[in-house]
Amino acid sequence: MSAAPDLLVLTALLLPAGAFLLLAVVTPLRRSGRLGALVSVAAMLASFAAAVMAWRAFGAAEEPITRLWTWLPQQQSALASVGVLADEQSTVMLLLVTLVALLVQVYSLGYLADEPAPALGRYYMYQSLFAFSMMGLVLAPNFLQLFVCWELVGVCSYLLIGFWYRKASAARAAVKAFWTTKLGDVGLLIGIVLLWRLTGTFDFAELKTLATAGTIPVAGLGVITFCVYLGAAGKSAQFPLHIWLPDAMEGPTPVSALIHAATMVTAGVYLLTRTAFLFALTPDVLHIVAWVGAFTALMAAVLACVQSDIKRVLAYSTVSQLGYMMTAIGAGFASAGFLHLLTHGIFKALLFLGAGAVIHAVGTNDITRMGGLAKRMPQTAIVFIIGTLSLAGIPLFAGFASKEEVLGAVWAGGLTVPFFMLLTGAFLTAFYMLRVVILAFYGSDRPPAPVEHDAHGHGPAHDAPAVMTLPLWVLALAAMAIGIYFTLHHVEPEFVSPAWLTPVAVSVATAGILLAWLTYQRRTINEEQLASMFGPIRRAALAGFWVDDAFLFVYRLGVLAFSKVIGWTDRYLVDGVVNAVSAWTVMAGGGLRRVQTGRVQDYVVGVAVGVILLLWWLGGAQ
Amino acid sequence: MTHLPILSIITWAPFVAALVIMAFGSTRPLLVRYAAAAGATISSIGAVWLAFAYDQGRAGYQFGEQLALVPSLGISYELAVDGISVVLVLLTAIIIFAGVFASWTVKTRSHEFYALLLLLVTGVFGVFVSLDLFVFFLFYEIAVLPMYLLIGIWGSSGEVPPKGVFGWAYRRTGVGTKEYAAMKLTLYLLFGSAFILVGILALYVAAGSTSFSFLALQNVKFAPGLQSWVFLAFYVGFGILAAIFPFHTWSPDGHASAPTAVSMLHAGVLMKLGAYGVVRLGMGLLPEGTHEWMWLVGGIACINIVWGALCAMSQTDLKYVVAYSSVSHMGVVMLGAATLTESGLNGAVFQMFAHGVMTGLFFALVGLVYEKAHSRDIFKMGGFATMMPGIAAAFTVGGLSSLGLPATSGFVAEFLTFLGAWASAHPWWLYPAVAGAFVTSLYVLRVVRAIFWGPKSTDPHFQNLPDAQGTEWVALVLLVFVIVLYGVVPSLAVNPIDTATVPLLVRLGVL
Amino acid sequence: MGLQAYLILSAVIFSIGLFGVMTRRNTVGILLGIELMLNAVNINLVAFARFNADVAGMVLTVFAICITVAEVSLGLALVILLFRTRRTALADHIDWLKG
Repeated sequence: MSAAPDLLVLTALLLPAGAFLLLAVVTPLRRSGRLGALVSVAAMLASFAAAVMAWRAFGAAEEPITRLWTWLPQQQSALASVGVLADEQSTVMLLLVTLVALLVQVYSLGYLADEPAPALGRYYMYQSLFAFSMMGLVLAPNFLQLFVCWELVGVCSYLLIGFWYRKASAARAAVKAFWTTKLGDVGLLIGIVLLWRLTGTFDFAELKTLATAGTIPVAGLGVITFCVYLGAAGKSAQFPLHIWLPDAMEGPTPVSALIHAATMVTAGVYLLTRTAFLFALTPDVLHIVAWVGAFTALMAAVLACVQSDIKRVLAYSTVSQLGYMMTAIGAGFASAGFLHLLTHGIFKALLFLGAGAVIHAVGTNDITRMGGLAKRMPQTAIVFIIGTLSLAGIPLFAGFASKEEVLGAVWAGGLTVPFFMLLTGAFLTAFYMLRVVILAFYGSDRPPAPVEHDAHGHGPAHDAPAVMTLPLWVLALAAMAIGIYFTLHHVEPEFVSPAWLTPVAVSVATAGILLAWLTYQRRTINEEQLASMFGPIRRAALAGFWVDDAFLFVYRLGVLAFSKVIGWTDRYLVDGVVNAVSAWTVMAGGGLRRVQTGRVQDYVVGVAVGVILLLWWLGGAQ
Repeated sequence: MTHLPILSIITWAPFVAALVIMAFGSTRPLLVRYAAAAGATISSIGAVWLAFAYDQGRAGYQFGEQLALVPSLGISYELAVDGISVVLVLLTAIIIFAGVFASWTVKTRSHEFYALLLLLVTGVFGVFVSLDLFVFFLFYEIAVLPMYLLIGIWGSSGEVPPKGVFGWAYRRTGVGTKEYAAMKLTLYLLFGSAFILVGILALYVAAGSTSFSFLALQNVKFAPGLQSWVFLAFYVGFGILAAIFPFHTWSPDGHASAPTAVSMLHAGVLMKLGAYGVVRLGMGLLPEGTHEWMWLVGGIACINIVWGALCAMSQTDLKYVVAYSSVSHMGVVMLGAATLTESGLNGAVFQMFAHGVMTGLFFALVGLVYEKAHSRDIFKMGGFATMMPGIAAAFTVGGLSSLGLPATSGFVAEFLTFLGAWASAHPWWLYPAVAGAFVTSLYVLRVVRAIFWGPKSTDPHFQNLPDAQGTEWVALVLLVFVIVLYGVVPSLAVNPIDTATVPLLVRLGVL
Repeated sequence: MGLQAYLILSAVIFSIGLFGVMTRRNTVGILLGIELMLNAVNINLVAFARFNADVAGMVLTVFAICITVAEVSLGLALVILLFRTRRTALADHIDWLKG
C-alpha cells in the first residue's frame, strides 16, 4: 500500500481525537464504561496500524513530508499553521507512542476492571486525549504546534495523575506535576517568542534551512536554546525539576507506564533531538545539558537505591535514564539519545506494567512486604527480569546497544567526568533493579510475604489475567527482539568508540548485579552494614536531597507570603487611599454641616457680613 | 436605509424586553423570564448573524445606520461595526444569553432585576456599535448607572474586619457590605466618565464644534499638546473602567458583592468597554498622544498582570479570587494594545473576547457553588467533585483557559500578546506577562484542588450538594463550548479582528 | 447739614435695628428691629425726596409703609402660632431646619 505517509500519520493522529470527542460529548457512551473503553481501544488499534503503515511507507529515507493548515492568520500570510510533519524521527517515534498507548489501554481494561463505569469512561477519554496530544507533539511541524500539544500533554498528565481525585495525595501530586512542568514551560514559551522575533518563523524546516545556511544570528541564540532546554528539563525531569515524577506515581500504574516512562517525559528529549540543528550552534548550552543530564542520572540512581515503593524505584530510574539521554544529546550526538529513548520506552513500559501486575496481585507497592512471588507469578517474573536486564544494559537485551551508544557518545564528545558519572550510574542501576527483583520475586529464605493473597481476596497471588499479561509479553518480546537485533547487527554510529568501552560497561553492570545478589539473595553482605557505609548519603537520599523542601520553602515564602503582602497592600493601602478620601469627604461634610444652625439670626449675620464685603469690594473697584 | 437595521435591533431588543417586563411583569415571574430570554435571544441571533455576515474582504465599518438627532450641534444617532466591534458584540450577546439563564432563580423583585439587567445590556451594545461620540457617552452612562441598584439590592455582603493604617476609614465607610461595593463602584466609574466627557468635549471643540461623529473626527489633525492631555484623560477615564492599577480597587469589591449575572456582565463585558474606549477613542483619534503615552499604558499593564495575580493568590474568598484574576487579565488586554504591533493588538482584542467568556463562566460557576453550598470560603470547602462533577469539569475548563492552556481561547490571546510584547518598543514587557501567567496557574489550580478535588468534606453544611440542574446547564455548556471552539479554531475571531487592527495601526504609523 | 443729617440719622437707626435683629433673643424683639430698619429706610427715602425734589421718594415711602404693615402682621401672626405650638418665643430655640 503506497498511501502517502502524511495522510497515514494524519489518520493515526485523528483517530484518538475522534474517540476523545465521542467520549466527551456523548455522555451515555462515557458513562457505560466498558463500551467507551472499547471505542478508545479500537481507535488506538487503528491508529497503531496507520503508524506502522506510515513507517513502512517512509522507510525509504525520503524527504520529510508536511501537510499544513492556517491556524493564526496575520496580514494575508499565516502567522502560524498546524499540521503534520512526517520524517524519519517522527514516524519512528509515532510507532513507539502508538504501540505503548495501545498496549497500556488494553492493559488498563484489566487493571481498572474494578473501577465504576463512569470513572472508567473518564479514564479512557483522558487516554484518548493524551494519545492525540502526544502524537500531535511528535508530528508537529513547528514550535507553536509543539507547544500547544506540549501543554495538552501536561494537562492530560494532570488529569490522569489525579484520576483518583478523592485521594488528597493524588490531587496534590497532580497539581505539583503541573506546576513543576509549567515552570519549565515558561522557559520554552519565552524561547519560542524570542526565536520568532529573531528568525520570523516557527517552522522547523525553515529554521533548519536557516541554520544550515548560517543566517541565524548567533548572538542571543544561546538564551533562546537555553530557554527551550528549560522546557525540556521540566518535562523530562532534569534536576532540579525532577521532583514531580516520583509523586506522579499516585496515578494508576498504566498511566505511569505510558506517560511517565515512555512518552510524555521523553517529549523533552524528543524536542532537543528535533531542534538539534539549533543547539549545534550554541555549544555552551549543550555543555549545560550534558552536565545537568549526567548529574541527574547519577543523583536519581542514588535515590532509587533507597526507595521501598516499587513504583518510586522505577520513577527514579526513569529520571536517571532521561539523564542519560540528555547527556548524549549534550555531547552532540542526539541520535544516540534518541535511540536510548526508543529502547527505554519499551522496557520501562514493560517494567511499569509488570510492577502493575504485581501491585494488582498483592495490593501493595512496598517491596519489603513482598517476597517469593516468582513461584506464584512466573510469567510476570520472567518479563520483569527481561525488563531489568534490558535496563541494566546486558547484551542481547534491548538497553544494551543504546546504553553503549550513549556512553560512547559521551566519551567521544570529550566529557570525561560526565562519562564516569554515567558509568557509576550504570553500576547503581543494575544494583537497585536487581534489589527490586530479588526482594519482590525471590528472597526465599525470608519469611513468607505477609500479603499472601491478592487484592481481591481470591486466594494466593497469581499471574494477572490475559488482558494484562498479553501486553507484557508483547513488550518483552519486542525488547528481546530489539536487543538481539542490535547486539548481532552492530550499527555504525557517527563516532568512534574505544574498544574497551563495551567490556567495561558490561562488567560494571554485572558488578552491580553481583552486589545485589550477594546482599539480598545470598545475604553474604549484610544489608544494614552496606547501608551504614553510606550513612550520610543514605540519609540525604531518603530526604530526596532536600530539593522538595527547597521548592516548598520558596513557594511558601516567595510566593504565598509575598502574595499575602501584596494582597494586604492592595486592600489596605491602595484601596485605603480611596476609602480615606471617602471618609474625609464624609467627615468634611459633617463639619461643614454645622454652619447650617437653623437659627435665623445666624443667617442674618451671614447676609450682613456678605453685604458689607460686597459693598467694600464694589466700592474698592471704583 | 437599504438593509435591515440589525444594529438597532441588537441594541434595543433588550430595552424593549425591559419595558415589557416593567409594564406587565410585576406579578408574573415566568413572563419576566421569558421576556428577558426573548430579548437576549433576539440580540444573540442578531449578533451571530452579524459575525457571519461581516464582510472580511471589504473590512471597514459596515451595517451603518444614521439618524440626525441635533444637527445644529452635530449629534446624530450613528451606528456601525468594524472587525473589533463585531467580535465584542458577539461576546456581549453570549454573556447576556448565559446571564439571563444564570439568573433564573432570582427570587425578590425579579422583574426589576431583569429590567435593570436588560437596560444595562442595551447600554453595552450601544457603546460597541455607536460611531457618534455623544451617543457613545450616553450609552456608556446607561451601562454604568444600573449597576448601583443591581449590586445594592440584589448583591451579597462579605465581612471585612478593619485593619491597617486606614482602619478608621474602613469603619467609617462600612467596607464589605454590598451597599458599600455598589456605591464605590458607581462613584468611581462616574468619576472616570467625567474625564472621558472632558476629553470628548475638548476634541469636539478643537475640531470646530461641528460634529461628534467618530469618522469625521478621525480626519482631524489635533495639536500634539491637546492630544497629549486628552489621551491621558481618556486613558484615566476609560482605564478606571478597565481596572488599571491603581484605579482598580472598585473591581474586587464590586464583583464579589454583585449577583451572578451582574458579575458575569461586568467582568465579562463592561471592563472591556474601558479597554475598547482606549483603543477606539484614544488610539483611534489621537496618534501622537498614543505614541507619547504608550510606555505608561504598557508599564501599568505589566503591573496589573503581576499585581492582580499575586492579589488573587492571597484571597480566601472565591469571588475575590475571580475578581482579582479579572484585574490581572485586563492587564493582558492593555499590554497587547500598548505594544502597537499587529500580534499584540490582535491579542488584546482576542483577550477581550476570550477573557469575557472565561470570566462569565467563572462567575456563573461561582454563583452556582455559592447558591448550593452557601459559602465562599475556599479552604472550608473540599471534595465537591464527587457531588457536582459537571460544575467541577466546567470549572476546570475555565481555570485552564484562565492560565492560558492551548486548545482554550485564553492561550491564543496570551500568546499573541506575548509575541507583540517582545516585538514592541519595550521588549521587557514579555517577562512580567509570562510571570503573571505562571502565577495564574498557581492560584487557579490551587483553588480548583481546594474546592473540588480531595476527599469529601466532613463539614455538615456541605453534604449532598446537587450538581447543576435544568437551566443552569445552559450557561455552562454554552460558555465551555465557546472557550474550546475559539481555542481550537481561533481564526474565527482573529480574521475579523485583523481586518480592523491593521488599518488602525497603519493610521498610527507603525505598520 | 441738611441732607447729611437725615442720612446719618437713618443710618444710625438702621444700625440699631440691624443690631437688634442680630442679637435679640426674643422673636418680637427681632420684629421690632426689622421695624426700625424699615423705618430708617423710609426716613432715607423721604429725605432724598425732599432734598432732590423728586416725588418718587414719597411714592416709594408709601409703598414701603404698606409692605411693612403687611409684613408686621404676618410676622406677629407667625410668632403667635410658634408660641402656641412650641411654647417658645425665643429665636435660639427655633432651629429645626438645621443641617
